[in-house]
This record gives sequence, C-alpha cells and structure tokens, in this order.
Amino acid sequence: MRQLIIIGSGPAGFTAAIYAARANLSPLVVASSVEVGGELMNTTEVENFPGFPDGIMGPELMQKMQEQAERFGAEIRYDDVTSLELTGDVKRVTLGSGIVEEAQAVIFATGSAYRRLGLEGEDRLSGHGVSWCATCDGFFFRDKTIAVVGGGDSAMEEATFLTKFASKVYVIHRRDTLKASKIMQQRALSNEKIEFVWNSEVTDILGDDAVAGVTLRDTMTGETRDLALDGLFVAIGNDPRTHLVHDQLALTPEGTIAVTGRSSRTSVPGVFAAGDVIDPTYRQAVTAAASGTVAALDAEHYLASLGDAGEPAPAEDQLVQA
Amino acid sequence: MTAKATTSATFEQDVLQAEGPVLVDFWAAWCGPCRMVAPVLDEIQAENPDKITILKLNVDENPDLAMKYQITSIPAMKVFQGGEVATTIIGAKPKFALEQDLAEFLK
Repeated sequence: MRQLIIIGSGPAGFTAAIYAARANLSPLVVASSVEVGGELMNTTEVENFPGFPDGIMGPELMQKMQEQAERFGAEIRYDDVTSLELTGDVKRVTLGSGIVEEAQAVIFATGSAYRRLGLEGEDRLSGHGVSWCATCDGFFFRDKTIAVVGGGDSAMEEATFLTKFASKVYVIHRRDTLKASKIMQQRALSNEKIEFVWNSEVTDILGDDAVAGVTLRDTMTGETRDLALDGLFVAIGNDPRTHLVHDQLALTPEGTIAVTGRSSRTSVPGVFAAGDVIDPTYRQAVTAAASGTVAALDAEHYLASLGDAGEPAPAEDQLVQA
Repeated sequence: MTAKATTSATFEQDVLQAEGPVLVDFWAAWCGPCRMVAPVLDEIQAENPDKITILKLNVDENPDLAMKYQITSIPAMKVFQGGEVATTIIGAKPKFALEQDLAEFLK
C-alpha cells in the first residue's frame, strides 16, 4: 500500500506533490489523461505568479511544476479516477484503466469545471460556435463577430485575446460593473474591438447547425432583443469538481469540500483537500499552490501519527511467525 | 503506433473513399487539449488496427477542410463512413470516454 495519493495536477496537486515528495512520501499523482496541468493549460500569459517578472505561459508554468515534483520522486500517472472509497483506513482509488490503487492518505485537488449557462442550445451548439476555451477556438473566428459572456478576469482575458482574431467582440454581462481586476478591466475597456453589453443576460442561443446569435434580456427593464453572432464564449465562472466525493465528504453551502479551519482536513480522517475544490472565493494559481502545501503538510503529519501501526510487518518477521 | 496524417490533397482517397470507418482528428500545434488527446488516439489505433483508421488533419495547414466541415472547436474528431460523417466528438476526453463514444466502430 502507498502512503499518499494526490488526485489532481493543477497548482494545488503539483505543489502538494513537491512537498510530499521532498518529505519522502513517494506520492502517486493521478494527473488525468487529458487535463494534465488543469485550468492554467488553457490560459496564455500568467502575469501574477511571483518569481516571473516577465510573465510565464500557463502551460509552461505547469510543466515546470510537474518537473519539480518528479525531480523529488513523485510518480505521475496519466489516468482518470472513476471512483473512490475514502471512508476506511485504506483509501481505494479506482482508475479509468481499471487499476485500483490503495493508500493511507489521499489529497483531493480536482479543481473546478467551467460553469454552463444552462440553456438548451448550449449542448447542441457546443463545438459549433459555443465554446469555453478562447485559446483553443479563437483561431476559427477570424474576422467574425463573437461575444464573451461574463464579467470576471477570465472573461476579460478571453475577450482581449479574441480581438486578435475576431473583428468584433461583445462582452455580455448581467450587471453594470465588472468583477474583474482593474488591470484586466482597463485592457478590455480600452480595446476598440470590444463593446460592452451591460445589464444583459443570455436567455437563448440561436442557430440550427451553428451559432447565429443570442437572445438577450435586459436585467433592468426586462426587454428582450436578439444579437447576431458567429460565436459565443462562455466565461461565467467555475464550479468545484466534487462529483466523485459528494456522498463521502461533507460539503459547504457553496458546494466546495468542507475543511476544518485553515487546515486541509476534510470530514474523513486521512483525506485532505486543496485548491479550487475547497475555495469558493480566491481561486488563484498562487492560493491553490499554497493550499497544496497545507495539504501536504497535513498529510505528512497524519501519516506520522499513524506510526508503525498501519504498516505491514516486514517480510522477515512474517517468515519467523510462520 | 502513431496515427498517420491526411491532407487536403489526400483526403478524398484517405477518408472519403476508404472502406472501413476513418476517424479524422482535426488538430493544431497550438491547441493544448489536442496534444493531450493525441496519445490516447494513438493507443486506440494501436489496439484496434483492423476496426478503425485514425488520421490526423492539421487545421492550420488544411484550412479548406476545417471550413468545409465547419470546425469551430478543436480537438474535433469526426468518424467518416462511406464518405459521410457518422459521428462527431468534440473536445479531449479520457480514453474510456472516447471508447464509449466510438463503441459502434470498435465492436
């Protein structure tokens, strides 16, 4: 049996892996098969990670974090967790390949998933003009008219990035003020290709085979109108990814995994959580990394407290007993 | 076994005239999720050499086909059978999820 399995490979998971590996816990990191690196893999320049005065590309930052974890002996597995058994002393992690891994402790750092608008056309037109990833799909909207829905940092970043390709980018936001940081706001507000559509929510996505436009409702007057578009990028926030554990771990009213105080301890002994999956508020690469550190230290402390009791007897002793 | 490439010049022969099902992976070098899903597709190809042919199509180098098949999001994986699109899969997915999506072609 292993000492520690870390589920997740964003800043929280890899930072936990760096600390745990340096503490000789030989952690196994279940990094996912197609989402290794987490949310930063879909960003371009990261300008607010300390230590990189000229900025660093999100994918490069994650590659470096992974290398740092591997350097100290973390084992990275490119597989996905399909189910978890957390309640006993032995934690069982079933992977997509069918392999079951066992450990004394688990750090859960699965991050968050893009929030959806919840409209009928969203699924139907996904990949046909509806997108959640500007860096992936912006290329296909050269000289097109598109819109970004949302008012946070990621919406501003996407809108600004998309002006490289699109001839016109609307930013559709429910309120008349933005949640985004001042610097991101400034960039978007001063961009000539970006036009803000305030106090508006998307109530319908139009088009049969491809996005043709959206129906907007004015949140002040209730008036509705249609806006013609070739593409719609959804950036309205994220929801913690708890579907694997929601029936085994206590959650907060916000839907994140509940932890004790400033620690990473969940409602189940030996199970720790870190990063966006416990954070409804800050959700930064730096705060996720810090949270991963806390989880690794908590897990190390927990494993030490188990002492030798949980360890199987050495082979020689077993032979003597037999 | 690494999936082979197809281009605008060879698409007719490689894909539309092919006998069995052909999965075309529309990708680009700048697309992170495309790089993630590529080795998964390679594995599926290696495990099912007689059932399906998997070909990669670079959308930067073959924009005409990307436009013809209305690609607006990559990775986009389209399975062609008898010259027609039989299934479309959008976005990188874990192997078991792709195998489910492709079940009818991997039988």
